[in-house]
Amino acid sequence: MARYQPPKQGKTSQLIDVVVLVVMTIGALFVPLWLNMAGAAKSVTNPATEATWEALGQNAAQAAKYEALGYTPETAHDLILARFDYGFSGMALLTMVAVILLYYFLILRFSEVEYREVISEKFGE
Amino acid sequence: MADVDITSQTMDGMGPHGTKVGLLRVLGPAHVWALGVGIVLVGEYMGWNFAVGKGGAYAALIACWFAGILYSCVAMIDSEVTSTVASAGGQYTQAKHIIGPLMAFNVGLYLVFAYTMLEAANAITAGYLFSVVASMTGHAAELDQRPFIILVIMFLAWLNYRGVLATLTFNLVITAVAFCAIIVLFLSTSGVLGGGIMEHAALFEGHELPYGWIGVLAAMHFGLWYYLGIEGTTQAAEEVRSPARALPFGTLAGIMTLLIAATLTWYVCSGILPWEYLGDGVDGAVAPLFDAARLSGSTALVWLLGFGTLFATLASANGCINDASRAWFAMGRDKYLPGWFGAVHPRYRTPYRAIVFLVPIALIFALGAPLDQVITFSILSGLLGYTFMPLNIIMFRRKWPLETIKRGYEHPFHPIPAITLLTLCGVTFFAVFLGYGTQLVAMIGFYIVVSLWFHFWRYRFVNRGAQFTMPWPKPRGY
Repeated sequence: MARYQPPKQGKTSQLIDVVVLVVMTIGALFVPLWLNMAGAAKSVTNPATEATWEALGQNAAQAAKYEALGYTPETAHDLILARFDYGFSGMALLTMVAVILLYYFLILRFSEVEYREVISEKFGE
Repeated sequence: MADVDITSQTMDGMGPHGTKVGLLRVLGPAHVWALGVGIVLVGEYMGWNFAVGKGGAYAALIACWFAGILYSCVAMIDSEVTSTVASAGGQYTQAKHIIGPLMAFNVGLYLVFAYTMLEAANAITAGYLFSVVASMTGHAAELDQRPFIILVIMFLAWLNYRGVLATLTFNLVITAVAFCAIIVLFLSTSGVLGGGIMEHAALFEGHELPYGWIGVLAAMHFGLWYYLGIEGTTQAAEEVRSPARALPFGTLAGIMTLLIAATLTWYVCSGILPWEYLGDGVDGAVAPLFDAARLSGSTALVWLLGFGTLFATLASANGCINDASRAWFAMGRDKYLPGWFGAVHPRYRTPYRAIVFLVPIALIFALGAPLDQVITFSILSGLLGYTFMPLNIIMFRRKWPLETIKRGYEHPFHPIPAITLLTLCGVTFFAVFLGYGTQLVAMIGFYIVVSLWFHFWRYRFVNRGAQFTMPWPKPRGY
C-alpha cells in the first residue's frame, strides 16, 4: 500500500482549527444556559402554610441543626421544601437513547475505516 | 515487534513523533497515587452532596457504593491496558491503538474537558472558601471571589509549567493532609475519640427516601463525583520510571483509598447535616465536610477541614492541569490537533504549550458558569469515557489475547467487569437524563459535530501508520 503523505498545515489554518474547536466547546456548555434549557432547577410546589419547623416537616433534632447553621423557619423554607421534578416523556427518553446510539455507531464505524488504514500501513497488507 | 524502548530517558520513547526531547521519567507509584487520589479527593470535600439533593441521604450512600463498583471496574480495566500502553494521553493512546483514530480523538476530548471542567469547579470552590475565611475573620463586605479563582488557576499552571516532579510531590503532600483531615474528622465526631455528635436516625426520620427509588437512580449522576478522575493516573504513563508496576499499583491503591474516604465522608456529613441543606451544593453545603466541622464546635477541626478543603481543591486542580495538558499534548503530537501543541519544554521537559493554552479555557468556565453545570459537563465527559472503556478492553482482549502481549497486570473475571461497567454507565446516563437531559443531548450533539469535523477535515493532517507507536504485533483479524 502506498504510504499516505499528509499535507503540511499552515499556521493560519492551525489557528482556525483551534478557534473552531474552542467555539464549539464553549457553545456546547453555554448555549443551553443562555436558552434557559439547562434544567435541574428545583421549585417549591407545596409551600408551608405557617413558618414553623413542624410545618416544614422537621423534628426537634433537624430543627436544632438548622438553627445551628443560622437558619430560621422563614429563611429555610425554600431550601427545605424545594424539590426536583423527575417527570419525563417516553419520547424524550427514546430521543436520548437514539442520540447516544447514533453517536457510538458513528464513531465506531468511522474509527474502524481509519483503523484498517493505519494497520495496513503499519504492518503491510 | 518494533525495537522501541518505552522507558528511554532521552527520546520520547514512543516512536517516530519527531521530538528529540521527551517528557521526564521521574515518577514513582506514590506520585501515581497522589495524581489519582489528588484529583478525586476534592469530590469528597464538595460536589458529591448534590447526590443527596437528588434522592436523599440513603440514595447518596447507595450511589456511592454503586459508583464505587463502577470505578473499581474502571481501575481494573485501565490498569491492565495502561500497563502495556505506557504513553502520555492515557485512554486517548489506548483508543488510538485498539479502536481507531476517531474514537481516540473523542476520548482525548473527553479527558481534556472532564479535567478542565473539574479544574474550573475546583477554582470556584477555592474562591468560595476564601470568601468564607474572609467573613469568619471579620471581613464585613462580600468578598469578590474572582481574583482568587484566577490566582489559583494561574499559580497551578505555573507549577505545572515548571516541572512534573515538583508538581506531583506537592500533590502528594497536600493530598495526604486532606485525606488525614477526613480521618481526624471521622474519629472526632463519631465517638471514637471523645463524645460523638452523629444523629443519623433523628436526621433521617421522615426523609429516608424523599423521592422514592427514582431518587436513587437520579443520585447516580452525582455519585460519580465521589471518584471522578481516578482514571487520570494513566496520564503519567510516560513520566513514571516503571509503568508496568507503578501504574496498576498506584491506580488500585488509589481506588481503595477513595472507597474508604467516600464512605467516611457520607457517614460524617449525613450524621451531622440535615439532608435538604447537605443536598444543596449551591445555597446550602458548598463544602459539606467543612460545614460538618463547623457544627462540631471545635475550632481546631474548623481550621483543619478548612485547610483540608483548600488543599483538596488545589491538589485536584493541579492534577487536572497535569492530565488535561498531557491529553492535549498527545493529540497535538499526533497532529490530531495542530502540531504546535506537541512541543516539550527544552528545559523543564513539560508540555508547556498545552498547559498555557488550557488556562484561559478553564478561566472561561470557572468565571462564567454555575458550579453544578460545570460539574455536570465534567461528569458527562467522564461518563462518555467510561462507556468507551468496556468496548476498549473487549477489543483489546480480542485483538491481542493474553498470550500475545505481556501485561504488567491482568484484570480478573473478564468480561464481567466490562459488562458491569457498561450496565452502570447505562444507569448513569438515565440519571443524567432525569435532570440534565438537555445538556446531555447538547454535549453528544457537540461530539457528533466535532467527530464529523475530525473525520472529514482534521484527519487529513495525520500520518497513518506512524500513529501506531506501540511495539505490539499485528492485531488479530486485520
